[in-house]
Amino acid sequence: MGQPSAGKPVMEDERSFSDICGGRLALQRGYYSPSCREFCLSCPRLSLRSLTAVTCTVWLVAYRLFSLCENSMILSAAIFITLVGLLGYLHFVKIDQETLLIIDSLGIQMTSSYASGKESTTFIEMGKVKDIVINEAIYMQKVIYYLCILLKDPVEPHGISQVVPIFQSAKPRLDCLIEVYRSCQEILAQQKATSTNP
Amino acid sequence: MVLKAFFPTCCASADSGLLVGRWVPEQSCAVVLAVVHFPFIPIQVKQLLAQVQQASQVGVAVLGTWCCCRQEPEESLGRFLEGLAAVFPHEPWLRLCRERGGTFWSCEATRRQGPGTPGEDQVTLIFYDQRQVLLSQLHPPAVPPDRQVGADPTSTGGLAAVFHTVARSEALFRSDRFDEGPVRLSHWQSEGVEASILAELAKRASGPVCLLLASLLSLVSAVGACRVFQLRPLSFLGSKLSTCEQLRHRLEHLRLIFSTKKAENPAQLMRKANTVASVLLDMALGLLLLSWLHGRSRIGHLADTLIPVADHVAEELQHLLQWLMGAPAGLKMNRALDQVLGRFFLYHIHLWISYIHLMSPFVEHILWHVGLSACLGLTVALSLLADIVALLTFHIYCFYVYGARLYRLKIHGLSSLWRLFRGKKWNALRRRVDSCSYDLDQLFIGTLLFTILLFLLPTTALYYLVFTLLRLLVVAVQGLIHLLVDLINSLPLYSLGLRLCRPYRLAAGVKFRVLEHEAGRPLRLLMQINPLPYSRVVHTYRLPSCGGHPQHSWGSLCRRLFSGELIYPWGQRSDKQD
Repeated sequence: MGQPSAGKPVMEDERSFSDICGGRLALQRGYYSPSCREFCLSCPRLSLRSLTAVTCTVWLVAYRLFSLCENSMILSAAIFITLVGLLGYLHFVKIDQETLLIIDSLGIQMTSSYASGKESTTFIEMGKVKDIVINEAIYMQKVIYYLCILLKDPVEPHGISQVVPIFQSAKPRLDCLIEVYRSCQEILAQQKATSTNP
Repeated sequence: MVLKAFFPTCCASADSGLLVGRWVPEQSCAVVLAVVHFPFIPIQVKQLLAQVQQASQVGVAVLGTWCCCRQEPEESLGRFLEGLAAVFPHEPWLRLCRERGGTFWSCEATRRQGPGTPGEDQVTLIFYDQRQVLLSQLHPPAVPPDRQVGADPTSTGGLAAVFHTVARSEALFRSDRFDEGPVRLSHWQSEGVEASILAELAKRASGPVCLLLASLLSLVSAVGACRVFQLRPLSFLGSKLSTCEQLRHRLEHLRLIFSTKKAENPAQLMRKANTVASVLLDMALGLLLLSWLHGRSRIGHLADTLIPVADHVAEELQHLLQWLMGAPAGLKMNRALDQVLGRFFLYHIHLWISYIHLMSPFVEHILWHVGLSACLGLTVALSLLADIVALLTFHIYCFYVYGARLYRLKIHGLSSLWRLFRGKKWNALRRRVDSCSYDLDQLFIGTLLFTILLFLLPTTALYYLVFTLLRLLVVAVQGLIHLLVDLINSLPLYSLGLRLCRPYRLAAGVKFRVLEHEAGRPLRLLMQINPLPYSRVVHTYRLPSCGGHPQHSWGSLCRRLFSGELIYPWGQRSDKQD
């Protein structure tokens, strides 16, 4: 019949890896079809300890200033600053999950979900993707590995116009990257085979 | 290649029929635009498709069959559907089938002839919201605006081709399944054709209204361009005052809004809409300011405080000069020069105060009339405020010019005599420094003058420094006001409102979501519009501002300050060299 023969059932297994600082990451893989895969990396959550420490510091400083100036506006300002700062941090800075969705012959989609529920998505069409590689970089005092997408240059056929890194906030280690890299290369190989023989 | 079928969500519950749309062979993707219901006559369907193709330059064709029934399709229906493939030849032929009430779909694509063995392709179903895709604009636009008229749709790549196809097929969406015509279609308008009475009325009324206002505006600009205003004193004033600049800017805007030419591309339409929004906001804020100013005799209070404030500023300047004439910050100044400069500036201040007191009875009336100008817009009122600040601090500007000229003269003299002291000369012809042999008396007088100028330098430099700082303070205040005016002028309010309320209209791209999946069934994806982030909206659609940006970088500004050249922070008057 020509239907995708004996398609494997959807695998949603979860494995735990660690990021470059030693925090725990959870990788969930979704296998929807031979041409569509999804990788979901969950970052460590906001720790109660650091939140309490920051709040206590801010409020102690506010109390000290209040005892010097006797102006109650300082206390209200401190509370306001803490709340606004926390909301801003959750909405704009703290990323909870990063997802990579590869669909053969359509493109690659990267989604970052923030702690407040906001999601920001980027989609790159398959026609612009040259390759997916693991690259090395010097980050502060470490040398780290990161996965990136190489985009084709419209002007020069063998050139690269842009390098787009994936999993920038999760920063997983090499073992996790190799897993993702292998799956992506399988799909890209399929795509290259079909694009050369239509 | 995997075959991608784009299916509109509005047709998901439509009755069985034929799929009509466009096939893009390069990307192996089929864009379904509508469903033609039974019963139909094939000749009429072919006629309708030929009409649509001619009207929209999009290659619409029958792509396959759609079957939505309560239970498994009966044998006879299956054979009937297969027979249709012979009537409407198309490669590949799609067969979409859905169980009513069920969630899973089946989809097959067959090729009968062509290169390779006849067989079936793998299909991926991608659902899209037809209305959103029709109305949205991709940024950056796939086809540059100047090529849009008559551009070949197949030249756009990837998903832009899908957007292009749906946007161009307006002709197909005109007839509906409830119409009495020969062919019954189902598409996004099937729920009911969208229209608004107010929008239609506004469109009809806008023609004559625009004509009237455009003629009025051309009258106003003709008056403004007449010979009286080109003469020397008025044209000089007009170029210096920021109010006139702002009024000219607004006149340009109004002419753009009320021009009778239709907007050619979406970018021009957005520009018009943004201009309208900016003008309306300006007027609203201006009227608010007007009502605040004229209520509870605030103008009287303002006029009462204005003269004492000017007096106070003059008194503070006098104290400053007394301080400079003594031993400022412990520095020892040259007594004679100090006294001369100090007395000169003190007399200048005395003149200024007398002038202000002469004007004091008229201040309230002037302010009242100036307050009326706020009905032209908040930007005009702010520009007037900036001009009033400039006029009231005119004496500071004068002091700055005197101090800068003196300092510059001194610096030039010093550099030239320094060259003489070393035995060199500036060659004006070759524009370089050459060695030169001077006579003894030339050297003697030159060295004497050099010494005098050098020892008088600290006094002049101190006066220059103080007055430059004061001038920079005034310039900073004016700069803030101009910044605010610029903000109101160039903020694209309509685009921001559109991004807030109808985010699908401004699209940065698309995003996909994988829908419920069962093994053995085709993959189903939902395509949604990814809206443009706010920063890019402002960047793409900001209106051009008045042109009041400083032209110099910080480095060149410091250099000019150091060498004593006059600075004009607003680059408008860069042609007026001194």
